[in-house]
Amino acid sequence: MATEEQLAYAKLLDIGMKAGLLMLVITFAVYVMGILTPYVPVNDLPNYWKLPVKQYLEVTHIPHGWAWIGMLGKGDFLNFIGIAFLAGVTIICYVRIIPILFRKKDTIYAVLAILEVLVLTLAASGLLKSGGH
Amino acid sequence: MLKQYLNVLLLVVVFLTLLLTGLVLASSEPAAAAPMTANSSIPWWAWPLILFVVTFLLGIVAVLGGVGGGVLFVPIIGGFFPFHIDFVRGAGLLVALAGALAAGPGLLKKGMADLRLAIPVAVIASSCAIVGAMIGLALPAKVVNISLGGTILGIVVIMLMAKKSEFPEVKQADNLSTALRISGIYHEASSGQDVNWQIHRTPQGLATFIIIGVMAGMFGLGAGWANVPVLNLMMGAPLKVSVATSKFLLSITDSSAAWIYVNNGAVLPMMVVPSIIGIMLGSIVGVRILARTKPAAVRYIVIAMLLFAGSRALLKGLGIWN
Repeated sequence: MATEEQLAYAKLLDIGMKAGLLMLVITFAVYVMGILTPYVPVNDLPNYWKLPVKQYLEVTHIPHGWAWIGMLGKGDFLNFIGIAFLAGVTIICYVRIIPILFRKKDTIYAVLAILEVLVLTLAASGLLKSGGH
Repeated sequence: MLKQYLNVLLLVVVFLTLLLTGLVLASSEPAAAAPMTANSSIPWWAWPLILFVVTFLLGIVAVLGGVGGGVLFVPIIGGFFPFHIDFVRGAGLLVALAGALAAGPGLLKKGMADLRLAIPVAVIASSCAIVGAMIGLALPAKVVNISLGGTILGIVVIMLMAKKSEFPEVKQADNLSTALRISGIYHEASSGQDVNWQIHRTPQGLATFIIIGVMAGMFGLGAGWANVPVLNLMMGAPLKVSVATSKFLLSITDSSAAWIYVNNGAVLPMMVVPSIIGIMLGSIVGVRILARTKPAAVRYIVIAMLLFAGSRALLKGLGIWN
């Protein structure tokens, strides 16, 4: 009852989900134990988490978008590896099923899957910035 | 079963130990000079710890009450914790996403979630979730809280009044679902029979997902509360297929919205990670005890919680209850 592409998607999703959760647990342990110094000192967090995000970014001088990649040496930003992985695993699963759909000549769904990859990649790209308030 | 409970308990203990170890190490460091006054009597680590415990309980209640994590997380955490609603929504989306990613593989493998049904819906919902997220982050907190409060109260009405149809009568599949070959067979465990299903009102259903996608992105709610009635009552998919496909669909819709919050800085690891782990451990426990509870009773508890949390958000936005 589950098609070939559905099973392929499920298998990759299972692996990706477990890997992402494991990354989160490990990086969070590094963060709370202070193995890597965080960018925002943990004692200062209560000052910041009550602020609107635009103000938070201004006072902490944290850049937008994918700049966190350059900050992985900081205990708090290291967690973005797991967060980004969990948010991105769906893209990988869609890419996995596109060749299967084309091989089965299921062109409409192959095109829909490509569209979805484009939508998720656009969201992930960091090109779409909110105006903030 | 005892061994599984012990495993979950062990994970909870390990996580709490990590958090407590962190606070001991952090409290031994000299206090950083804060740019703003922070005379709270509650230490920084207390809130993530409380968050973990609360989301653990929410995870149990969500499973028993048949709701997703996001719809409980955002109004409750947003209403009663000191975190700004921007960060609460970012965390809410990641919490709902994590839950959907965890459930997705099993539901797909069993054929309960249907990929052919999900794919066209997901393109619409995920695109609109991006729009919703961008609008949501641009709105002032007051407006978000008023809209969120109103939406949650609307969800309460839907939950109270919407009927569920286990096997909707779909006399004939419509042209669009036929062209897309959206139909299937799933094995109904309670009767031991295979159930053939098809859907109708596909264009109307897809159009409704525009609104659902925008709201999911705007409020960080995850949208399972809306997916299921549309798939089940409007489009005619069997209830179990609707619930399973909705859960899987969240992993796609919430991925796109979550990226907007991540890239706009509205995600704090100290909030997100305890929440994800708390709600997932709670969900595991909830699934284990589901067989022994009365779902109707728990559902009314969930509805009462949402009524309270939704009212809180609305009154907070109106400045009546700060």
